Amino acid sequence: MLEARDLACLRGERVVFAGLSFRLEPGGALLLVGANGAGKSTLLRLLAGLLRPEAGALLWDGADALADRAAHAARIRYLSHQDALKPALTARENLHFFAQLWGGEVAAALDALDLLPLAELPARVLSSGQKRRLALARLGLSDPARRAPLWLLDEPTVGLDAASVGKLGALLARHRAAGGMVLAATHLPLPMPGAGELRL
Amino acid sequence: MALLARELRLALRHPADTLAAVLFFVLVAALFPFGVGPAPETLARLAPGALLAAALLAALLPLDRLFGADAEDGTLDQLLLSGLAPPAVALAKAAAHWLTTGLPLLLATPVAAAMLNLPVEAWGAAMAALGLAAGFLSLLGTAGAALTLGARRGGVLLPLLVLPLAIPAVIFGAAGIEAAASGLEARPYLLLLAALLAAALPLAPLAAGAALRVE
Repeated sequence: MLEARDLACLRGERVVFAGLSFRLEPGGALLLVGANGAGKSTLLRLLAGLLRPEAGALLWDGADALADRAAHAARIRYLSHQDALKPALTARENLHFFAQLWGGEVAAALDALDLLPLAELPARVLSSGQKRRLALARLGLSDPARRAPLWLLDEPTVGLDAASVGKLGALLARHRAAGGMVLAATHLPLPMPGAGELRL
Repeated sequence: MALLARELRLALRHPADTLAAVLFFVLVAALFPFGVGPAPETLARLAPGALLAAALLAALLPLDRLFGADAEDGTLDQLLLSGLAPPAVALAKAAAHWLTTGLPLLLATPVAAAMLNLPVEAWGAAMAALGLAAGFLSLLGTAGAALTLGARRGGVLLPLLVLPLAIPAVIFGAAGIEAAASGLEARPYLLLLAALLAAALPLAPLAAGAALRVE
């Protein structure tokens, strides 16, 4: 279970958000909504352990989540605004690198987002929606024995067509059914039934 | 290791970066005969220092993209969250830099050495000195690249930060080549160079890892 207590974040001299508290139970999902610049991406980076909170605490099962960064990193999958793909590598090679680190099947992860026909193409020639799908396919990579329970998604559906949003919905539903949690920042409707909403 | 393999594969897909560094090295070495005149003795006297300086400058070229490209496309965040320790990421980056820049420079050394009229007996020592000095620079440069990441003029700041620290490598490397050229033993100088490398091997990745985490 993830719990945030009175989180505050400063960027330079400016307070991005303060006094932010929420809880997320296993199988739960939370949508982060708010205007541009409200701090959605900043909050996701903070939850990923890439930024330090100015005040407040982030608890995982009651213990400080950020005390051991490596252990926290193993609990999460973070989909950033950028796709983190190398244009010179093929779709399969891009995923293969992460599969070596995390375990999991590249072919199955590609298939989950209908990318198998594009597997041998360099990421350079993919359209922006296809690149986004490839970045999302990384979520499907994990060793079944040590799944990352918390998914942090920053605008996951940008550039996706309706069919791909459906595929993502299936991926999210499977993750939540297995006890996973999802936190997604978005401006677009996401296929996450029963998700709570956190307005920044 | 997976990261190193990936870096090498990327370098193979973009051979222009490596080629640019090698050509830069050879061209700088080729400038010296024009500048100081073609007198063979003068050139041979200058050769050790010129080789070292040219090689270090060439090795600096790809350094500002070492983490820059990964930071821009979001790969760096994924690497920091991948379960790899940041110093291990830095060490893999340094090794990849040496293999894709240092090693090709090493192979181009005879060409540059011939243009500077370095006696053939000293070519072996020159290659050894350049290989060790480039390794030292790869490690220092990785720490420098991690520190200057996100700085507005990182590309300018990086050489200012790294080159002063590389002075010992130039001194011992050039002294070793000069000793070999005048028929003396180059080994003590090369061992000192290797000692520098051995000291930087644990320290530079730790510094780079800490810098990456702060960013």
